[in-house]
Amino acid sequence: MAAKTLIIDGKAVSAEEGATVLQVARDNNVAIPTLCHLEGVYDVGACRLCLVEVAGSTKLQPACTTKISEGMNIQTNSDRLRKYRRLTLELLFAERNHVCAVCVSNGHCELQTLAYSLGLDHVRYDYVFPKWKVDVTHRLFGMDHNRCILCTRCVRVCWHIEGAGTKNVAGRGATARIISDLDQPWGDSESCTECGKCVMACPTGALFHKGATAGEMEHDRDKLEFIVNAREKQQWLP
Amino acid sequence: MKLRVATVWLGGCSGCHMSFLDMDEFLIELAGLIDLVYSPVIDVKEFPEAVDVCLIEGAVCNEDNLEILRKIRERTKVLVSFGDCAVTGNVPAMRNPFGPDNRENVLQRAYVENARNNPGVPKADGIVPRLLEQVVPVHEAVYVEYYLPGCPPPAARIKEVLVQIINGQAPLLTGPQLKFG
Ligand code: SF4
Ligand code: SF4
Ligand code: SF4
Ligand code: FES
Repeated sequence: MAAKTLIIDGKAVSAEEGATVLQVARDNNVAIPTLCHLEGVYDVGACRLCLVEVAGSTKLQPACTTKISEGMNIQTNSDRLRKYRRLTLELLFAERNHVCAVCVSNGHCELQTLAYSLGLDHVRYDYVFPKWKVDVTHRLFGMDHNRCILCTRCVRVCWHIEGAGTKNVAGRGATARIISDLDQPWGDSESCTECGKCVMACPTGALFHKGATAGEMEHDRDKLEFIVNAREKQQWLP
Repeated sequence: MKLRVATVWLGGCSGCHMSFLDMDEFLIELAGLIDLVYSPVIDVKEFPEAVDVCLIEGAVCNEDNLEILRKIRERTKVLVSFGDCAVTGNVPAMRNPFGPDNRENVLQRAYVENARNNPGVPKADGIVPRLLEQVVPVHEAVYVEYYLPGCPPPAARIKEVLVQIINGQAPLLTGPQLKFG
């Protein structure tokens, strides 16, 4: 494949055609914050945390779904981007009920980590305080919709790594939600293989192992990486 | 002139104030650096005038919280939201998603359904303040200058913010000091 040359944060880099801005940035040790991106499954551009500036375009582009092109000049960390990223995170906090103090993922949450990295010490928007349910009908796992950011990582691993197709998105806009099968209690799902990949993939405390209490839930991303490596590269590395 | 500092306890569990007391020997040094003019740990009944800095623990949950908060804002130069309840609403705000009747429902649940003896919602005009329809973080009720998150914020974090303020800097939490929960 043809190589393309481009500039990321003032640095000239080259990469193979077809790569995304995010891949090239990461290969060159440029950190771009992401939430919905997950190694091993396709990207959907859902969270907008990875937005970058591309010279010549006033529109911000998501790095995870934008393919590189010859001569592209990309900024990944301008004041404007930081401002938008913080704003996006604040809206995520405001639109559901995040009570970190009593959350299973407190201290191991990607939403928290990103918020801190952008200096988010309070949310400037009024909290919506919507009413959401907690589904603890599954034998092993629980789902707390109050903490879901609709990144759809769980849906993608369930369909494309496990191949079970249990998780789905129902509804639109602010009322969109993750469902199991045909919007049944998770515990009644006939397709769920109980593999736990959705729980491993979740960046927040929305999906958790039953029995985990505040701060105890660490999503085992290593296991997921292991499976993805094995599938894609035929490498069975611990 | 020493800074005139106040601390106040609204709708919180007092954990933030416990953490304040956890500053241990720094409290002695602090006593030499500031004048504590109002606080749950000292015996002053009325919030004074011309306060420089006030740390506010707790969310705004009832009419009394709101009234004193407005008074504090009028009389204080710099407000610091002290702890997650003040910053985000945190646990006290967990009644909000139960909708417009949440204040009646939570009182019913706590004082009637779960009461073993003498069930009945406490009522005494002028003594027991009415709950607000929605619990809100402090900055949704009045303007707030700075934020000190944590549930509770560890003593080291409180100290860091106080030292910055005493040194005339705008407090800024970075690295592991910026944390919710
Ligand atoms: S999911 Fe993350 S941000 Fe949300 S309450 Fe849990 S720890 Fe806090
Ligand atoms: S446990 Fe596995 S099969 Fe079940 S919903 Fe999660 S990813 Fe899908
Ligand atoms: S449950 Fe977790 S992984 Fe699934 S969409 Fe919500 S936040 Fe993302
Ligand atoms: S990581 Fe690119 S939009 Fe979410």
